[in-house]
Amino acid sequence: MARVIGAVVVDKEECKGCSVCVEACPHDVLALHFEVNSKGYHYSYMKSPEACVGCANCGVVCPDTCITVYRTKAS
Amino acid sequence: MELKEVTKTEGTMDIQDILKPENLVYQKTKLLTDTPMHYCPGCSHGVVHKILAELIDEMGIQERSIGVAPVGCAVFAYNYIDIDWQEAAHGRAPAVATGISRVNPDAFVFTYQGDGDLASIGAAEIMHACNRGENILVVFINNGIYGMTGGQMAPTTLEGMVTATTPYGRNTDLNGYPMRITNLIAQLPGTSYVTRQAVHTAGGVRKCKRALKKAIQNVLDKKGTSFVEVVSTCNSGWKMSPVASNKWMEENMIPYYPLGDMKDSVKGEHSEN
Amino acid sequence: MGEIKLMKGNEVLAEAAIRCGCDGYFGYPITPQSEVMETLMVREPWKETGMVVLQAESEVASINMVYGAAATGKKVMTSSSSPGISLMAEGISYLAGAELPCLLVNVQRGGPGLGTIQPSQADYFQAVKGGGHGDYKLIVLAPSSVQEMNDFVDLGFELAFKYRNPAMILADGAIGQMMEKVELADYKPRWTKEELVEKNGDWATTGKPASRKKNVITSLEMASNDMEVRNINLQAKYRKMEEEDVRYEAIQCDDAEFILVAFGTAARVCQKAVEVAREKGLKVGLLRPITLFPFPKKVIKELARKTAGFLSVEMSAGQMVEDIKLAVYDAGSNARVDHFGRMGGIIPTPTEVVEALEDKFSWELSYGVKRSY
Repeated sequence: MARVIGAVVVDKEECKGCSVCVEACPHDVLALHFEVNSKGYHYSYMKSPEACVGCANCGVVCPDTCITVYRTKAS
Repeated sequence: MELKEVTKTEGTMDIQDILKPENLVYQKTKLLTDTPMHYCPGCSHGVVHKILAELIDEMGIQERSIGVAPVGCAVFAYNYIDIDWQEAAHGRAPAVATGISRVNPDAFVFTYQGDGDLASIGAAEIMHACNRGENILVVFINNGIYGMTGGQMAPTTLEGMVTATTPYGRNTDLNGYPMRITNLIAQLPGTSYVTRQAVHTAGGVRKCKRALKKAIQNVLDKKGTSFVEVVSTCNSGWKMSPVASNKWMEENMIPYYPLGDMKDSVKGEHSEN
Repeated sequence: MGEIKLMKGNEVLAEAAIRCGCDGYFGYPITPQSEVMETLMVREPWKETGMVVLQAESEVASINMVYGAAATGKKVMTSSSSPGISLMAEGISYLAGAELPCLLVNVQRGGPGLGTIQPSQADYFQAVKGGGHGDYKLIVLAPSSVQEMNDFVDLGFELAFKYRNPAMILADGAIGQMMEKVELADYKPRWTKEELVEKNGDWATTGKPASRKKNVITSLEMASNDMEVRNINLQAKYRKMEEEDVRYEAIQCDDAEFILVAFGTAARVCQKAVEVAREKGLKVGLLRPITLFPFPKKVIKELARKTAGFLSVEMSAGQMVEDIKLAVYDAGSNARVDHFGRMGGIIPTPTEVVEALEDKFSWELSYGVKRSY
C-alpha cells in the first residue's frame, strides 16, 4: 500500500516564530530553528521531515501564512 | 521561496520529488497582499484575515467586496486583503457599512471589529445595524482586551483578569461584568446567522471558515445581518507566549464564551436560544 | 422656467435632493429641520429615482452612514441642527480627512447646550473653522431665501465633487421654517454605475476589479512625513477654493460709507435696514457673503479702502466679525469694524440694526467720515 508523504516549505523571513504550527503538527515534524531570521525570530522548520504526511494543519493555523504544504504518495 | 531548510531524508523520497506543483495542497491565497502583517507573533487576526481572503477568492466575489476596517489592531486590515476598503472611526464600522450597503445593495460589505470597538464605543451602532437587519457580515474579534492602545480593559475582559487599567484584576463592583454581546445580538430579529468560533487549532480554523462561508453566502442571498464572533488571543496584552495564550483561552475564555451557533435562521425571526 | 411652488425651506431641501440625482440621505430627527426627512419619507424617492432614505439611530450613526456611502463615489447627504452637528463633528473630520464629497445641512438653532429651537447663527465658527479635530475646512454656503435652499443643494454637490470635500449648507431655523415662492430645478438622473466608475473610479470603493489597484478610503498615516504631506495637500485645496469659488452679493456698496455684513436670515433683515438707513440719508450698503468658507476676503479688502466702517450683523455674540477684522487688517485699512447681534433665538429688526449703526459709529457720523485710503 502506498504511503502518504508530505513536505512543508516555510518562508523563513516571513515566519515570526510563534510556534503555533509546532503545536498543531500531529506528527512532531516541525520545530523552531536555533538560528534566527533577519528580524530575529527563531523560524519554524521541518525537524523530522520523514514524519510529515502533508495534513496542512501547520499551514491552516499559521497567522502569517508563511507555510506552503505538499503531499503525494510515496513511490 | 527559500528551500534551504528542507533537507533530503535518507530512505524516503527525495524532497524535490514532493515539492512539485501537482502535489501542492496548501498555499497562501492570492487575495492576501505581499505586505507582511504587523500583528504580534501568533495573533489570531492573521488567521481570520487569511480565512476571509481565501473565501473571497474561492467564492469569486473580489469585485463585489468592500471591507470596513476598525480602530484597534486591525486598523491596517486594508493593507492585507486585496479588495476595496474603508477605514472607520472607532466603533462606527456598522454605520459605515450600512451607508455603503444601502447605496450599493449588490455589494458584499463586511466590518471587521474588535471587542473595544464593537462592544464598548460602538455598542449603539452594532445593535442598530443588526436590528435593522443590514445586509452585512460582522466579524467580531473578542480577545478580552484593548490590544493596540496597550492592553486596557475591554467590556469582554473576564472577571479577575489583569489588564493595564485593571492592574489588580477586573473587579465587577467597579467595572461591571464581562459582556456576552453576541448573545444579545442573537436576540435581534434583524440577524440571520450568529455564531461564536475560535481559530487556535486547525480544526477550529476549518470550522470557522465554514461558518464564515455560510455568513458570506447569507449576505449574498440578502438574508440580513450575519455575525461571526471569533474568540481570540492577545498574547502581548495577556503577557504570555502564543502557545500559552491559546491554552489560557481554551481554559478561561471559552468556558465563559462557549463556541457554537446561537442563531441560524432568516431575518425577522427571533432566536430560539 | 421650472415648476413654481410655495414651500418651506426644509421641504425644498428634500425636493431639491431628489431632483438633483442624490443617491442617499441619512438623518436623525431634530427641531427645526425634521421636515427634511419627513418630506423625503412622504415622497418615497426610492420608488421614483432610486434614492435611498434612512433614519439612523443617532447623528453619530447618520454621519458615518454618509461617510460609508460617500466613499463609494455616490451623491449622499445628511441634515441636522446645531446639537446634532456637534455629535457629527467626529465623522465630518473623517470625511474631510479622507477627502470625501458629501452635502451636510445645518439648520441652526440657538445654543450653547440644548439651547433653544429658535433660529440662530451661532454655529458660524463651528462651520467655517472646521468644527471637529484637525486642520480642515468645509465649503460653507449660506442661503438667505427658500430659493437658495433649493439652488445650493445642487451647487453644494457640484463644489463637493469638484474638490472632493464635504460641503455644508449653513441655514437657520427661520430659513428652514419659512414658506416662500420657489422655482424648483428640473430632474437630473442619478449617475449610472458606469458614469460613477468613470467619474470617481480612481479613488472610490466601487469594488476592485482585477485590472486596478485596491482603493482604500482612510485618513490615517502612521508616518509623520506622509501625514504632513496630506495636510499640505489639503491646505493647497483650501487655497484653491479661495481663488476660484468665493461667492457673495454686494448691495449698494459702490457709494457706501458704511457696510453692513450679514448672511442668511440676518442678511434679509439688513437688506431692509439699508433701505431704512438710506431714507435717513445714511450711505449704507450690504455685503452678503454666500460662501462663508471660502470667505470673501478680497472684496472686503477692496471695500475697506473706501469705507469708514463695517458692521457685522449676526444672530450670535459676534463670530464672522473676526474674519472681517482679519480682512480689514490685511488691507492695512483704518476702517473700523464692529458687531451687532441678537442671541437666544431672536432675530434683530431693521430699525434695531440702523440704531446700532448710528450708535456704534456715532463719532464718524458726528465729525465726518475719516477716509482711510
